[in-house]
Amino acid sequence: MPISFPTTLDLGRFLPEILLTVFGTLFMVLDAVLQKRSKNLFGHLTLLALAAALGASLYAGSEPGPAFGGMLVVDGFATFFRVLVLGVGMLIVLSSYRFLARENAETGEYHALLLFSLAGQCLMASANDLIMVFIGLEISSIASYVLAGYLRDDKRANEAALKYFLLGSFATAFFLYGVAILYGSTGTVKLDQIHAVLTGPNAPFPVFVTLAAALMLVGLGFKVSAAPFQVWAPDVYQGAPTPVAAFLSAAPKAAAFAVFLRIFTTALEPIGTAWEPLAWGSALASMTIGNFAALLQSNIKRMLAYSSIAHAGYVLVALTARSDTGTSAAMFYLAAYALMNLGAFAVVTHLSGKGERYLTLDDFAGLAQKQPFTAAMLTIFLLSLIGVPLTGGFFGKFYIFKAALDSHLVWLAVLGLLNSAVAAYYYLRVLVMMYMHDPSQAVQEAEPLSHGLQLALVLPALGTLFLGIFPNWVLEFAGHSAALMK
Amino acid sequence: MAEIPIAWFLTLSAVLFVLGVAGFLFRRNIITVFMSIELMLNAVNLSFVAFSYQLKQVDGNLFAFFVMVVAAAEAAVGLAIILTVFKNRSTLNIDEVETMKN
Repeated sequence: MPISFPTTLDLGRFLPEILLTVFGTLFMVLDAVLQKRSKNLFGHLTLLALAAALGASLYAGSEPGPAFGGMLVVDGFATFFRVLVLGVGMLIVLSSYRFLARENAETGEYHALLLFSLAGQCLMASANDLIMVFIGLEISSIASYVLAGYLRDDKRANEAALKYFLLGSFATAFFLYGVAILYGSTGTVKLDQIHAVLTGPNAPFPVFVTLAAALMLVGLGFKVSAAPFQVWAPDVYQGAPTPVAAFLSAAPKAAAFAVFLRIFTTALEPIGTAWEPLAWGSALASMTIGNFAALLQSNIKRMLAYSSIAHAGYVLVALTARSDTGTSAAMFYLAAYALMNLGAFAVVTHLSGKGERYLTLDDFAGLAQKQPFTAAMLTIFLLSLIGVPLTGGFFGKFYIFKAALDSHLVWLAVLGLLNSAVAAYYYLRVLVMMYMHDPSQAVQEAEPLSHGLQLALVLPALGTLFLGIFPNWVLEFAGHSAALMK
Repeated sequence: MAEIPIAWFLTLSAVLFVLGVAGFLFRRNIITVFMSIELMLNAVNLSFVAFSYQLKQVDGNLFAFFVMVVAAAEAAVGLAIILTVFKNRSTLNIDEVETMKN
């Protein structure tokens, strides 16, 4: 095998990951060396790093193509998800300033871990080879395990990290076993070559490939918290520091779905009829379990965790549709979901107080009286999570169910719609609390919004409304890149 | 010397993997649970190497190396997490690490 050095083109297409890793490593050194520093230094530097990586992603996306002998591919799909996870990263940094100061936590390591995790997610978005998928998945996961337990004297955070770590590694093992069997039966780990082998004359025995697909579905199902592999999500989201829980519900999930969509709609498309029933069942189970369990929760983070399971179910509906419309609907939905969910979590971060004492639904009582602006922002996010028109959540659900109907998944679409009606109840309960009750202890004690949190609320709110009023701009890009992915 | 058929390796790998899954589900000590995960990863590695040998390709071996590297990184992080759990609770029984319920 000839040794080939990476060309400038290769490096250009890999630049976002390089920048994130270099900055992350730099932070760890700076954290050890710098004695005197302002407490917001690392937050500002992280925003700078993310902006640089965002620029690099757009630059790489302007000249699409493969890199490193086809191990990575920078296409519209990859660029979409890179921009999405980096945007999520920025919003997380904005809502973490106040949180880290309040909890007296170290800032250097936190931001370094965030950057490493994002580097893994960018790699997942552009991976075109199962080795790269695996490495991206693990870089992202290992950094997230530590982030989940970042407040290491907090019992709940420890428990969250432990559960996330054990179940995450368990899932990885399943995914890997699937990869091993797929490699054994097709003789390659490159996604396009797997597709070629499966459609070619020497297609392997379908039982093995289906088994491999099922094992990979289990592994990725864990990562996106789809039922029946969702058990870890409520405990992890509840125990992890709130900004980290927000991060986990948006970025690693979007990246895992990117991998999910790329593997199952390109490489494993030839055996689509075999895995479709599995995805169908998982989609329905996620929506139903997520929504009905969320009805019973009194802890707001736990409720958002179950709601995130339900939303994973909606995206799986789009995957089950097995069409370009489905893929683009999933992309649109993940963007809309990231925005509205981050916004909702930012309000929780704001209100929870030192040591995260105030996390029940009752703590939101009377928020509209004391802080009408915060309440108004949360209203936008909750309405979008319900799927009310003029918000991104509405069009997200609309496109997903439309894609399902186009693919003749009538029952799944009907059951999904019924599910979103159930979901309206628990989101509306928060709204009623905020507007129709007297202020709670938590609301009385709440500080005014910090600048970072203000931005972390306004930007997602604007994004949610933008996606709700001008959905075509994002949807067309998503549709275009979904069609080009094949 | 007769060659060992690949099916034997794959069967051994499947058995080890299932043992790992069983250990993960039924053992109560966190360290043992963690060891079960490592067993699953090594079972997968065995499959990779067996396939790689049969296909006369280097890809599977490469994959096994990456799995080892990642497993090492995971062990470092995992043991650190287990240590903080032990410091906070003085127990390694997984049933006693259960404070979050609605």
